[in-house]
Amino acid sequence: MLKYLLLLATVFSAPVVSKVIHQERSLYRNIIVEQNDNLRCLKFNTKSSKSSQSCMYTDNPNKLVFNYTKLVFSSLLLIDNPKNVLIVGLGGGTLSNIIHQLYPAAQIDNVEIDPAVIKVARDYFNFIEADNISAKVQDGRIFIKRAALKKQTYDWIILDAFNGDYIPEHLLTKEFFTEVKSILAPKGIIAANTFSSSKLYQHESATYHSVFGDFINVSREKRSNRIILAGYTHLPSESQIQQRIKTLNPQLAPYGVDMQSLSEYLQYTKNNQDWPSDTKVLTDQYSPANLLNF
Amino acid sequence: MGIELLGGRILAPFFGSSVHIWGSIITVFMLSLSFGYLLGGKLSTKNASLSKYGLIFLIASVMVLPIVLFAQPIMTFIFTHIEDSRYGSLLASTALFFIPTIILGMISPYSVRLLVTDSEKSGQVAGILYFVSTLGSALGTIITSFYFVLAFDVNTIITAFALTLGALGTLAILLHKIVNTHKEPAHA
Repeated sequence: MLKYLLLLATVFSAPVVSKVIHQERSLYRNIIVEQNDNLRCLKFNTKSSKSSQSCMYTDNPNKLVFNYTKLVFSSLLLIDNPKNVLIVGLGGGTLSNIIHQLYPAAQIDNVEIDPAVIKVARDYFNFIEADNISAKVQDGRIFIKRAALKKQTYDWIILDAFNGDYIPEHLLTKEFFTEVKSILAPKGIIAANTFSSSKLYQHESATYHSVFGDFINVSREKRSNRIILAGYTHLPSESQIQQRIKTLNPQLAPYGVDMQSLSEYLQYTKNNQDWPSDTKVLTDQYSPANLLNF
Repeated sequence: MGIELLGGRILAPFFGSSVHIWGSIITVFMLSLSFGYLLGGKLSTKNASLSKYGLIFLIASVMVLPIVLFAQPIMTFIFTHIEDSRYGSLLASTALFFIPTIILGMISPYSVRLLVTDSEKSGQVAGILYFVSTLGSALGTIITSFYFVLAFDVNTIITAFALTLGALGTLAILLHKIVNTHKEPAHA
């Protein structure tokens, strides 16, 4: 009985209740913007916190909320001054904003399938747009195919199109990654927000490996969010990495990103593959990604 | 329905997974089915026979195969020539699915013709046929989307559909021959 009373007490005394400040039904999903004290989140479909796509502290928009967004910046340990950045999956536009602040001269192309997401990013998440920042409404795969035809290249490609509930299966195949590779500039890097649990982890690892060879897993601990860094031709030396940490740390500190600890999260798959060698590679012909994601 | 479902899978690498992809696929399937019904009905008025029925299956089986064999070059061509993925996907699904679906659509009215012996019961026969074909569509949809895609390549599944159609067609033709050879002595 006491337990229930306590439970009731906690429920009723919850100090802050999140408030829906915007809601719309887009072509693809329900979009909800919730404000909980200083925390504003973009959510898809449901009200459960699980499906938060992007969050921002309204009193400190620069500070990153999500761990995985921080992990994306580990890319910068492998490349210098990106000039052309491609982001597939806009969310609240957080990544685009920070990269623009870090490298104001860089061209940043955002690709987002849902026009309503771009609108919400603008209206509620301070998504910055400028001459060298574009946000195009298009399927990521088509954008990349067209970019390849035009022989465009990018030195930093960020794949962030998975929302947790549903995976666009054509963005998780060997053929897709081959297309991504074809628009990667020499010395460029691909950072992909990927799956950390479920059977999909193995299939995704095997698929990346089949296209890029050895890659780097970046995650805080096993089975938490992981970022895959792939497409590099050679790895920087330890002293190069230390040098980059030194340069980047002061720049990234305002966002809550600590490059030193990020460098400790890098796990090289070379001689250290954590998936069975007979794992089936996902292809355009075989891509039941959503069915494997349990 | 199995093929329609895989249509989305086939088009996605070139035309994405925006809503208009499904618009294109469903439009083409409905349009070609409607033509198929019309043609199948017309054909059934001219000396309908089980072997002609089998021939429809055989032709359908052959017409499905280009989806396996030529989808890539066809879609590459359309992708490089049409910028707008709405019209690109519409054209691609027309090129890939229009003809085989017309032929598959001919099967239903032709079946009605072969099965109706008594005009009193024509409604009931049509009802049973609708029941069987729509139930088959439902099963085809769920089995393909739940299980086949997890076990097989898209092309393997479509080839299997083609082989099944071919086998059914051959069976119908053989059956026709057997029935006829039994009949002939009686006539003589």
